[in-house]
Amino acid sequence: MAQQILLKNSDVPGLASFEVYRKLGGYASIEKTLKNFTPDQVTDEVKKSGLKGRGGAGFPAGMKWSFLDKSTSNPRYFICNFDESEPGTFKDRHIGQLNPHQLIEGMILGSYALGARTSYIYIRGELFYVLRIIEKAIAEAYANGFLGKNILGSGYDLDLYCHPGAGAYICGEETALIESLEGKRGNPRIKPPFPAIVGLYDCPTVVNNVETIANLPWIMNNGAEAYAAIGVGNSKGTKLISACGHINKPGIYEIELGLPVEEFIYSDEYCGGIRNGNKLKAVVAGGSSVPILPAELILKTAKGEPRLMSYESLAEGGFETGTMLGSGGFIVMDETTCIVKNLLTFSRFYHHESCGQCSPCREGTGWMERILHRIENGHGTMKDIDLLVSISKHIEGNTICPLGDAAAWPVASAIRHFRQEFEDHVKLQKCPLSK
Amino acid sequence: MSLVKVTIDQIEVEVEAGTTILNAARIIGGGVVPPAMCYYSKLEGSGGKCRTCLVKVAQGSAKDPRPMPKLVPSCRTLVQDGMVVQNITSPEVMEARKAITEFLLINHPLDCPVCDQAGECHLQDLSYDHGLADTQTVEDRRTFAPIDIGDKIKLHMNRCILCYRCVMVADQLTDQRVHGVLGRGDHCEISTHILKAVDNDFSGNMIDVCPVGALTDKTFRFKSRVWFTKPFDAHRECTKCSGKVVLWKKGDEILRVTGRKNKYGELEEFICNDCRFEHKEPNDWQIEGPRKIERHSVIGQNHYEKL
Ligand SMILES: Cc1cc2nc3c(=O)[nH]c(=O)nc-3n(C[C@H](O)[C@H](O)[C@H](O)COP(=O)(O)O)c2cc1C
Ligand code: SF4
Ligand code: SF4
Ligand code: FES
Repeated sequence: MAQQILLKNSDVPGLASFEVYRKLGGYASIEKTLKNFTPDQVTDEVKKSGLKGRGGAGFPAGMKWSFLDKSTSNPRYFICNFDESEPGTFKDRHIGQLNPHQLIEGMILGSYALGARTSYIYIRGELFYVLRIIEKAIAEAYANGFLGKNILGSGYDLDLYCHPGAGAYICGEETALIESLEGKRGNPRIKPPFPAIVGLYDCPTVVNNVETIANLPWIMNNGAEAYAAIGVGNSKGTKLISACGHINKPGIYEIELGLPVEEFIYSDEYCGGIRNGNKLKAVVAGGSSVPILPAELILKTAKGEPRLMSYESLAEGGFETGTMLGSGGFIVMDETTCIVKNLLTFSRFYHHESCGQCSPCREGTGWMERILHRIENGHGTMKDIDLLVSISKHIEGNTICPLGDAAAWPVASAIRHFRQEFEDHVKLQKCPLSK
Repeated sequence: MSLVKVTIDQIEVEVEAGTTILNAARIIGGGVVPPAMCYYSKLEGSGGKCRTCLVKVAQGSAKDPRPMPKLVPSCRTLVQDGMVVQNITSPEVMEARKAITEFLLINHPLDCPVCDQAGECHLQDLSYDHGLADTQTVEDRRTFAPIDIGDKIKLHMNRCILCYRCVMVADQLTDQRVHGVLGRGDHCEISTHILKAVDNDFSGNMIDVCPVGALTDKTFRFKSRVWFTKPFDAHRECTKCSGKVVLWKKGDEILRVTGRKNKYGELEEFICNDCRFEHKEPNDWQIEGPRKIERHSVIGQNHYEKL
């Protein structure tokens, strides 16, 4: 059985209550840390642990913290990104719903390390029921002296708020999140400056993903070395994978980074193989934004080595033959799947969610959707396929925020690996898989 | 102020630290100046949106370790000592600009023949310089019905490129903001919030900052093509603004009053609605002389100083 950091006690009834959580050793890291560690020492531990951001980009958490501008006396803010809206990703919800105190415990540790005295959990609007659970947990933490003034007599004060968004994917982009939290329209900011220098209310700010933060208590309890001992290469620790699609056992799994992809898909401990004994066709390994890979490239790298569930191994081969671990949204497609139709669904999403600030993304996402719609419904031309590639190329890298890239990559990769299928749609003037 | 050296299209220029690449290029002037459809020097926080001003930073500086080369919006990227920038000398930039121009046009109604902005429209200029001869789209374009933004301004949302300049005017110049953006993506809409009319002394400047024909002057609409009117610098005593304007005349008749724009289409000063909409009699104004329009667009050709 793999090491469990995030899901260990999820089966314990009442884990969301302070009492049960505390009995299982919860909040021990706060007692230990506030007594024995300076804020900078906490940052050092997180750096040494090798923990990377779990929100998608995989940026080393400790390093991000060390960029925080500490040169002014302005307040500093720590924000938890709970906007989880990437298609295929549904892991953070699980933590918030079943184990809210572990998230709060992590928020206290992160806030302490960064010197934040007010922190926020920004939660996706659709997850209102989770907001209620977290608010209840926050109230319990206040009542038990883990939040509020002079926590455990340490002299450290912290206020924590949970704030709902209004249901926009773009508010998961950290600067759009900050704008939204300030009560404005959720448009991403133009960077630089980065939030570590100019963030919430123009003050130094760090934004981290729910899962990133929920790892902190374990790291402070067990030490950075113990955390860094899990995983392979620069992929340390465990990762939640939300697996969905044509598998026998969809769900949320905690894996040790480095698990072979093949084992993840086929072993009974995880996805349990493809439904009805069908053949695997393709996988989107890290949420809808990352490049899709055909079966042969997701199981083995282009060099023929087994592909592992790790940042490095999934990225092996670059975008030509590789992909990204992303947010851990693992979407499996069997032989009955139409790649064009799937891509149309993704493209419709990005078109719908583009904030509309910058022209390549605002206009390009809709244009790609319309062309894909045409191809899927039998009205496409061969030229349309090349046009899609060129539009995606002209969006990529030319936008304010990565949503543009996230819309472009799935299109570029689907055509790169499944061009034949697009051409078949054009030749047959219909979807080859439609009845 | 410390000076930094930057090279743009092989031309070296020394500018104050904190200058953007776009403004450094404007100091050099001429062909190396990137087109800017959303940046407006007098509006705080403007720029970065349209992406027409993308340039290639071929080489950053020792101080900034970010990976280069890279395309960046020149209007929002500060120069650094030793920076090497390519604009018209980079095929990659020219390709991107062509693509951006196409993006700006795929939902545009291309109704120049009936648009009041024709002749002084920055999107026309941009398409002339970087547009395709033909369209690659076959689908319907998004459409909105024209609406009134207050009693003097007409909004044709179909023509809007969402540069946000007018929103910033509403935000930064007028005291009660009732104007903003509704919706997301290509279904975004400029709107007075919940259809409240914009009624403010400086709201007319939205018309002047709009780079396209999305916001036009209702007191001038359909009276004349701009190239048949003649611009004159003029002024009057005004308690609200400097009173320095451009009168657009046809014969003796004043058809339109606007602010004075520089060659990049930016107002030298914002003017009040009183001057803009309420004073169209010849004896309202002291005429200073013909205004030279320094642009390569249609009205730029309208040199009649000798008349
Ligand atoms: C369009 C878009 C949506 C995003 N949505 C989320 C999200 O829902 N949750 C999240 O943690 N990060 C999201 N991110 C990434 C955040 O911008 C940011 O990188 C992340 O919260 C940093 O946390 P981490 O370093 O702990 O991963 C999104 C990014 C983009 C561009
Ligand atoms: S890339 Fe898309 S979502 Fe991001 S700022 Fe531009 S228009 Fe908005
Ligand atoms: S109406 Fe004009 S000024 Fe306003 S956003 Fe649209 S194009 Fe820009
Ligand atoms: S002028 Fe720079 S992005 Fe629009």
